[in-house]
Amino acid sequence: MSEHDHHHHDHDHSELSETELRVRALESILTEKGYVEAAALDAIVQAYETKIGPHNGAKVVAKAWTDSAFKKALLEDASKAVGTLGHVSRVGDHLVAIENTPGRHNMVVCTLCSCYPWEMLGLPPVWYKASPYRSRAVKDPRGVLADFGVSLPKETEIRVWDSTAETRFLVLPMRPAGTEGWSEEQLTELVTRDSMIGTGFPRTPGAPS
Amino acid sequence: MNGVHDMGGMDGFGKVEPELNEPMFHEEWESRVLAMVRAMGAAGAFNIDASRFYRETLPPQVYLSSSYYRKWLLGLEALLLDKGYISKDDVAAGHSVAPAKALKHGKFSTADIERIMVRGKFGRAAPAAAKFKAGDRVRAKNIHPATHTRLPRYVRGHVGVVERDHGCHVFPDTAANDAGEHPQWLYTVVFDGRELWGPDSDPTIKVSIDAFEPYLEAI
Repeated sequence: MSEHDHHHHDHDHSELSETELRVRALESILTEKGYVEAAALDAIVQAYETKIGPHNGAKVVAKAWTDSAFKKALLEDASKAVGTLGHVSRVGDHLVAIENTPGRHNMVVCTLCSCYPWEMLGLPPVWYKASPYRSRAVKDPRGVLADFGVSLPKETEIRVWDSTAETRFLVLPMRPAGTEGWSEEQLTELVTRDSMIGTGFPRTPGAPS
Repeated sequence: MNGVHDMGGMDGFGKVEPELNEPMFHEEWESRVLAMVRAMGAAGAFNIDASRFYRETLPPQVYLSSSYYRKWLLGLEALLLDKGYISKDDVAAGHSVAPAKALKHGKFSTADIERIMVRGKFGRAAPAAAKFKAGDRVRAKNIHPATHTRLPRYVRGHVGVVERDHGCHVFPDTAANDAGEHPQWLYTVVFDGRELWGPDSDPTIKVSIDAFEPYLEAI
């Protein structure tokens, strides 16, 4: 597990960095040994780039806003409920949906690494995986929310879910006011990634996206 | 292990800085590292708990100063070296010079992609009845395993309430060391902010972890 000093700077963009060289070398080793097909690595990257993302979670949230039976099923067993939606990518086990209410706001973190509901939200953003969020979310969630420009009434309970096992959490944000009669498709457009992590709210009708 | 990865409650890391319109990958090599980790894991070279453990065992100064995917790269290299899938000579040469080792699930090919786009299953049959139920008050044990654990330091010794159980799951503490799955009951346990952070803490905060049964004791 030796680690070379890698404090070297990008002095020339035409030159590969130490990290890039190391990645290329490892890829050569793994493919030459016959462990992985090079084409399969390309296909994995392509699958992540095209198949997963917050659009999957947004569909689930919009459905829950418009269909109370689905919402009930989602809160009881999210993996099972999402599995009934043909248009959403396949979901794994142990997904848990947690509902925001006027009295309680939910927020999700992984203090130990970077656990995140990939099938619902895609790969996590850098801030989710970085030290400031991981260290502060459990101790000072209001301060963290302020970093996102989010403030909550001081009496609102803030529940932080630390993803310490293979359960994965999806926040079901509150449906924005002024969306009465909106279709599921219209509502989907209001659901942001951060509103499903608990570090933001859905867009409000008429606000720029 | 009591590593720097266990950062819940630490101070001094500064503000959270969201990036507007963040790309999925900031550099192309990051996507290659992700793909190699996923492929080698699916081929049976290691499980997810071992891959986490190898990132945690990076030297603290390296862990804190490396980007996310750089940590993945360093952890992957160390893991493959330790398990004998690659050799130091391979790494020094930048290509394969030593014989390959058989993989549990064989070569990872494009036919395997679908399989890895759905999460693995971690639920297992219960070897024994659950010790706790929703509503029970429990204490997170004051334990400090030197190897992989998913019991964060900031809850150890503190009292919380069991909120739900998730059935029995693979136990990361043993799975990470190739010591078997030893399925354990898994519970969401909720702690009051003041229990964790003292009387001056914001009284509206509640924090939960998902705790395996061996992490908990009845009170």
